[in-house]
Amino acid sequence: MPFEEKMTWVSGLAMIVVAIVYFAIMVGRLQSASAADIAYQVPLIVAMVASVVLIVIGAIIMAVGTSVSATIRGRKPEDEIERKDERDKTIRRHGDLVGYYVASAGMVGVLILTMLEADYFWIANALYLSFVVAMAVSTVVKLVAYHRGF
Amino acid sequence: MGKPTRVTNQIRALRFAANEMTQAELADRLGVTRQTVIAVEQGKYSPTLEMAFQIARVFGVPLDDVFGYPEGDPS
Repeated sequence: MPFEEKMTWVSGLAMIVVAIVYFAIMVGRLQSASAADIAYQVPLIVAMVASVVLIVIGAIIMAVGTSVSATIRGRKPEDEIERKDERDKTIRRHGDLVGYYVASAGMVGVLILTMLEADYFWIANALYLSFVVAMAVSTVVKLVAYHRGF
Repeated sequence: MGKPTRVTNQIRALRFAANEMTQAELADRLGVTRQTVIAVEQGKYSPTLEMAFQIARVFGVPLDDVFGYPEGDPS
């Protein structure tokens, strides 16, 4: 598996797992309080920071694992980790473009919520959801491209 | 996903003829990942013109000996 594909897995999974935990907490809080009364700010910031931290940790683990695996197979670790070719770049561009379209559609929803003067809770969470869904779709598109061909 | 490429290639045969060069060796010569060599060889990825020329140069043959395109309507 190319290192770029491994990183696609890491970043996608980190974002999705953190988002699931965050939204589960928010849904739980909505059972006992109105949206306007929920302090979503700190959990949202924690979620975003946690995503970045998980991605960094995942990248380090992947790099170490790939280095060890390359050394065992008698190959240069830097060849396995640093080598990114035209196919990787093409797949990345394609996945990012699809993610951009999804995020754009999500932004329309956020715009509508803003025009309807919805609570900040809904606007902020719709923004985060759009970002996460765009990232998830982008990740799936990239992984499918890696496996089915591009 | 994009439609499958109609470009055919003889990379597998050329590797075999070149002292059974492995996919990893070809990848190293081209500076790409082994997975990209596999994808090109299996017709799952059409390389750029530049990479196509590099592949032909590795085997010391003209581009036409590496890649082919079937006659007929390309649609």
